[in-house]
Amino acid sequence: MFSNRDLFGALFLSVVAGFLIFSIFTIHPFGFPNTPEMDDYIINNCQEETGANNGVTSVVFDYRGMDTLGEATVLFTAVAAVVMLLRRVKKND
Amino acid sequence: MTEMSKIVKTITNIAFPFVLIYGLYVISHGHLTPGGGFQGGAVVASGLAMILVAYGSNWAIKKVKEKDLSIFESLGAIGFISLAILGLIFGSVFFKNFLTGKEILFGKIPEFGSTIANINTAGVIPWMNFAVGLKVIAGLFAIVLVMAYGTRHLKGGA
Repeated sequence: MFSNRDLFGALFLSVVAGFLIFSIFTIHPFGFPNTPEMDDYIINNCQEETGANNGVTSVVFDYRGMDTLGEATVLFTAVAAVVMLLRRVKKND
Repeated sequence: MTEMSKIVKTITNIAFPFVLIYGLYVISHGHLTPGGGFQGGAVVASGLAMILVAYGSNWAIKKVKEKDLSIFESLGAIGFISLAILGLIFGSVFFKNFLTGKEILFGKIPEFGSTIANINTAGVIPWMNFAVGLKVIAGLFAIVLVMAYGTRHLKGGA
């Protein structure tokens, strides 16, 4: 029969699923965010302030450049780890 | 990985320049069209992975060493951080867009609204796109190359 672990898992899963289904009904409609001040500011000012026609790139590389720096750090760490683990070694290892 | 058949190699030879050009286009037009350094770099790196799969890792490891790729990746990272620090020096804050409004080196400012795409805009953003694109190309290809070369002792590998 079901063990305690299975019952706990089913309970946890149903709570999470209920929360997600509940949140669908309370979400704002598509295209109408709850707090549009930041969106409107970036849409109205990104071309003048950064000069980029692409608003998304102006956010990624200018307004929120620190996020991109973190993303680049994650990639750098991944490459360093993979190259360190799988580097070439001597023939008679 | 061993090399694949002549059909695969021929198709790879035909398709590779177009993949390369498309990826470099996505990188260099990052401030005008959707995409940027990360996305275009991923496109170019997948084109290079296609070459690697078609010709085998033993052929590829003779042509390019992972140490050189590491150097290019570090150059991209150093360029990205240097641009951010130059913003601190010439502007006011870290990641300040200090080139915009200077009329040179991608410094023009477009008019408001939907305008004709002018590549000479956006200040420091295209330079950051180039740096991140170099970093992503070298980094992803180094990962794929080293992992492919790591299978040489397995059965079926060479």
